[in-house]
Amino acid sequence: MTGTPAPASGPIAGSDIVLTFRDVDKTFRTGGRTVQALRGVNLEVRSGQVTGLVGPDGAGKTTLMRTTAGLLVPDAGAVTVLGLDATHDSLAVQSALGYMPQRFGLYEDLTVQENLDLYARLQGVPKGERAARYEELTRMTGLEPFTTRLAGHLSGGMKQKLGLACTLIRPPRLLLLDEPTVGVDPLSRRELWSIVYRLVREQGMSVLLSTAYLDEAERCDEVILIHEGEVLGRGPPQRFTTPLAGRTYAVSVPESLKKRTVHERLADAPDVVDAVIQGEHIRLVMAAHITPDLQRLLPGVRGVSIEPIAPRFEDSFIATLRDGADAEGAGAVAAPAPADAPPDAGAEHDTVIEVRGLQRRFGDFYAVRNLTFEVRRGEVFGLLGANGAGKSTTFRMLCGLLPPSGGELRVAGADLRTAAADVRARIGYMSQKFSLYGNLSVRENLEFFAGAYGLGGRRRRERIAWALSGFDLAPVREAVSGELPLGFKQRLSLACALMHEPRILFLDEPTSGIDPVARRGFWRRINVLAERGVTVLVTTHSMEEAEYCDRLMLIAAGEILALGTPREIKARARTPGHTHPSMEDAFIALIEEHERERGAAA
Amino acid sequence: MWQRIIALVKKEFLTLLKDKQSRLVLIGPPIIQLLVFGYAASFNLNHVPFAVYNEDPGPAARELVADFRGSPNFREVARITRAGQIAPTLDDRRALLVVHIGPRFSRDLQAGRPADLQVLLDGRNSNTALIALNYVRSIVIRFNEHWAAGHGLAAPPAHLAVRAWFNPNLESRWFIVPGIVGLLTLVVTMMVTVMSVAREREQGTFDQLLVTPLRPVEILLGKALPGLLIGLAEATFIIALAVLWFRVPLLGSLATLYTGVSVFLLSAIGVGLMISSLSATQQQGMVGAFLFLVPAIILSGFATPIANMPEIVQKLTLLNPMRYLMIVLRGVFLEETPFSLLFAQLWPMALIGVVSLALAGWLFRHRMY
Amino acid sequence: MRLEGLVRKEFLQILRDPSSIAIAFLLPVVLLLIFGYGVSLDAKHVPVALVVAQPSADTASFTGAFYHSRYFAPLSLPDMARATEALMQGRVQAIIRLRANFARRLRGPHGAPIQLIVNGVDANSARLIQGYVEGVWIGWLGQRARARGVALRIPVRLDPRVWFNSELRSRNYLVPGLIAVIMTLIGALLTALVMAREWERGTMEALMVTPVAMREVLLGKLIPYLILGMGGMALSVAMAVWLFHVPLRGSLAVLFLCAALFLLAALGMGLLISIIAKNQFVAGQTAIIATFLPAFVLSGFVFDIGSMPQAVQGITYLVAARYFVFILQTVFLAGDLWHIIVPNALALIAIAAIFLGLARHHARKRLE
Repeated sequence: MTGTPAPASGPIAGSDIVLTFRDVDKTFRTGGRTVQALRGVNLEVRSGQVTGLVGPDGAGKTTLMRTTAGLLVPDAGAVTVLGLDATHDSLAVQSALGYMPQRFGLYEDLTVQENLDLYARLQGVPKGERAARYEELTRMTGLEPFTTRLAGHLSGGMKQKLGLACTLIRPPRLLLLDEPTVGVDPLSRRELWSIVYRLVREQGMSVLLSTAYLDEAERCDEVILIHEGEVLGRGPPQRFTTPLAGRTYAVSVPESLKKRTVHERLADAPDVVDAVIQGEHIRLVMAAHITPDLQRLLPGVRGVSIEPIAPRFEDSFIATLRDGADAEGAGAVAAPAPADAPPDAGAEHDTVIEVRGLQRRFGDFYAVRNLTFEVRRGEVFGLLGANGAGKSTTFRMLCGLLPPSGGELRVAGADLRTAAADVRARIGYMSQKFSLYGNLSVRENLEFFAGAYGLGGRRRRERIAWALSGFDLAPVREAVSGELPLGFKQRLSLACALMHEPRILFLDEPTSGIDPVARRGFWRRINVLAERGVTVLVTTHSMEEAEYCDRLMLIAAGEILALGTPREIKARARTPGHTHPSMEDAFIALIEEHERERGAAA
Repeated sequence: MWQRIIALVKKEFLTLLKDKQSRLVLIGPPIIQLLVFGYAASFNLNHVPFAVYNEDPGPAARELVADFRGSPNFREVARITRAGQIAPTLDDRRALLVVHIGPRFSRDLQAGRPADLQVLLDGRNSNTALIALNYVRSIVIRFNEHWAAGHGLAAPPAHLAVRAWFNPNLESRWFIVPGIVGLLTLVVTMMVTVMSVAREREQGTFDQLLVTPLRPVEILLGKALPGLLIGLAEATFIIALAVLWFRVPLLGSLATLYTGVSVFLLSAIGVGLMISSLSATQQQGMVGAFLFLVPAIILSGFATPIANMPEIVQKLTLLNPMRYLMIVLRGVFLEETPFSLLFAQLWPMALIGVVSLALAGWLFRHRMY
Repeated sequence: MRLEGLVRKEFLQILRDPSSIAIAFLLPVVLLLIFGYGVSLDAKHVPVALVVAQPSADTASFTGAFYHSRYFAPLSLPDMARATEALMQGRVQAIIRLRANFARRLRGPHGAPIQLIVNGVDANSARLIQGYVEGVWIGWLGQRARARGVALRIPVRLDPRVWFNSELRSRNYLVPGLIAVIMTLIGALLTALVMAREWERGTMEALMVTPVAMREVLLGKLIPYLILGMGGMALSVAMAVWLFHVPLRGSLAVLFLCAALFLLAALGMGLLISIIAKNQFVAGQTAIIATFLPAFVLSGFVFDIGSMPQAVQGITYLVAARYFVFILQTVFLAGDLWHIIVPNALALIAIAAIFLGLARHHARKRLE
């Protein structure tokens, strides 16, 4: 890279450690509650490598990042950044490091170029050097063609790259990236990682990157695992996975059996620490020193086979949490109480949702273009796509919250926009971000939704009791729902949506930001509902979760990329060189193929 | 149906009153505003500061000056001895007016020639100047009557006998305070309703409501009832303060008063909900409320009479529910206006209410993003 | 260079976001139009009922004076019952009653009474009406005396001279006062909302980790909105002079200099509110309650400060708009009276310094 200014020199150039935390505590007070965000944190970040700060939502990652940047003052302990005290020399620290906050810190009403200009001025990049720097950064991030576009009109992936370019405008010695890959499609995620690697390898930059995606931990040179404000472990990713060697297995499920049914049984089987659907297998983490026996795990099931596989980071995370706590407490999920949904009256293959040529235009922009699909009774149907692909628009049209510009749609035989109230009584809806009445307590929220669905008297009391016990909400029943951790909010939100025992369930991004333990519990509940004949339509951008669906629809730029079972979709990406593509591989391959086609057509 | 509405109303109240800050916003500002407005917003002048420039040593001049000094409306702040002092006294607003008695005043008076009394007024605030001038005129008229009687002069062929009905002492407060009842009721109701839909839209809970079996009419009722109840409570509180604290007479019937306030609340809630359902965010709702509130207050006749406005603006005020409420309030408070006379004010408010509520309900399902 | 970057960014945002332009330019226009035309204390064509029990030449000459006055819109009614009803219904503001013995008593030794009944509900209007009626009455007396060739014997003749606003047009003092209210709104509301927006969108966090100093962040907000506010000021002054024909007797330079001082105070208050509130809703509400209402009620713009109770008068000294209203009314109607402008300007400087100092003090490069 020619013309790159040397990274700003600090007082300890050449030192190996760029960041140290010594016994750092940090407490916040919100609405009478105190939250201990960091407890006795000790850590070091080495220069010239990528350090991953990994932990579920609410673990304290952002607090740690902000403390490093001198934006928060620790209650106790010391933070040293590049040899400077982050509390007292915060301005000097801020001059030496680059920090990309969670929402990228972009001015959405300024263009790409204007954002770059602003940060160049703020960082004091001399006028003469700017042009070269802009060229280099826009080339690296692929933003060259879009310099005059408003930042607000960029896709999530491009925003993230622009945010990165703005932080890199004067190459920092330490780069802090706070959840840079949230809400970004897999392709953009891959691109971001390759940029980060290049910065480290070619410029010797030190990077501290926080993420809630556990699979990203494996891409880091070193990982700091953080949970509830405490550092659970530090070291290269292998150090976390090695202890699990011999405890992880893959159970293959024949096509004749329902993956979901098998998974449900395995999750409840003895000595199973963790069971997740992964591709065509069920991935198992067994308790220590237990050799799995299929006869014991799945009595009476034929055609399944089991083989050991290499452990991954997520396995160790779940195992660390579950081995520590007693198996019931830490996130073990009991199946929802019976009498959850009445037995299904209709036949297995009735069409419940029917969509023909659905379109939605905003001005001259097509958010959704010509969608045609059906969802059958008792099916878990996934709508998969990156942010801005048109998932939410489609979802909102199905729920009758947005009028379509063209096409037809039927949910339970009616258009929900015009349907009579009793049709709406048959559906349950859980919106993105778990919209609840944030200043009401858990009980008040439940009571309100019970009332809104017209439940009264005994039935109302029964359902509220069911929700409190079945969703583990009893301990927090009087807590203000807005202040609950995300996992609780999600459970409460689902409980509210199920209050009236709907036949059809709409879930919009039900697991975004949720930690892996809570995610497992959520999918088990969905499985149980589906087994009872409830039709579930779910949107997600998580490739892994797509595997839980019976059928999937992949959409990009408002159009269908693929429609079918997860197996069928992955089959489309199979190449001689890549015989077992993951859902993510398939997604990227399909997007690239789609873009080639559009390019050829243009 | 009622079960669902009750659930909604209960939830609305909880959202509004649970949070300490919102409770404060509902109760604090109205009290402060009532007190500040009640005391500060008055057109009555007490102790108009004046200065005397008396060039006449005669007894008649002294008598006239004594009349000014004796009036409760006036307060002497300076005595002027040179003409050059007049300008700075008025410029600095040390005095609102200067009473100038020329050297020939007593002589003219004795000789039966009209004696000129020059009054120099600071006209920067023309209303204040006019009121002060009226006070001066009353003093002069009284002085003249006295002088005429004392010196055997014939009285003028006709004299004015003035009586003010409904407010015999022309207390500005009697006019302003009933107006404040309407003003604060409007502000509070707007604040409650304008945020209600916009907040839910912003937080995504409105979508949640729309997919429940609730009908738009039910949502509308659920959103309107809390506004109505809070508005009535607020109005009751302010009416009580007006009567008990500010001692404004309440001559008409409470039933008429509350009918007027309720119909008005219906229209205010309708407008508030309409603005709220048009807004996607709370900020938009707030700007919308502000854009409605300011003209609604200015063009209601609260502080300045509608009759003084240009013809077009007067026509425009017919759309303003506040305009009708002001007449109802002042009528019931001070004039003991019977219900039958106020019907002309009630039906326009009811019409505005019904139309705006219907629009708000329609917008629930037709304004979507 | 950093400050330049911030100022440039702010201007670009202003240009892109129509709402700040609307607040700065549309708001003054709309408010000035509404207030300028809507708020007037000058009663014209006051509807009055004339009840003449026994019409004669004398009564005709008296009532004729009402028909010729531009202040009155008279309505002849046959009896008091009808007149009272009209008064109750609000169709007339006052009743002028001439009894049956008017003509006879006119020639008697004690003179004839003219009964004036005003609706006292609106005390201010009632008093103005009384003054107008007195004017008509005195005019009629003089006219009558001249017609009969005798001198009217009035002992003391009132000779009022109104300075600064000789026609006593209420618009002449309301419009300058309004400019102060509008500047308060622009200053406080605009800054309160834009700062809160930076917090909510997370851009403040990104700004803070750059080497930029808090002083620069504040100046980066202050300078663009000062310029924008001055634009709104220029527009308001132009409307005042050309549309509402308010005389401008002082100099523009003094006017704008004082406006800049006042804007600094208002912007400082807006910054302070937004720094403390950090949430668009609370910031907006506080801005309205803490700035707009005091500017409206306690600035002396409509209501006379001298007539307020002592405690309330004390509060007005804390309201920046009070000083600005005084300066505006003086510069517009009286001219550059330095001994008035200087002390009031000093008060504005003090208030601006306090608010800006507090804003600077509370603005930390921290997220807590």
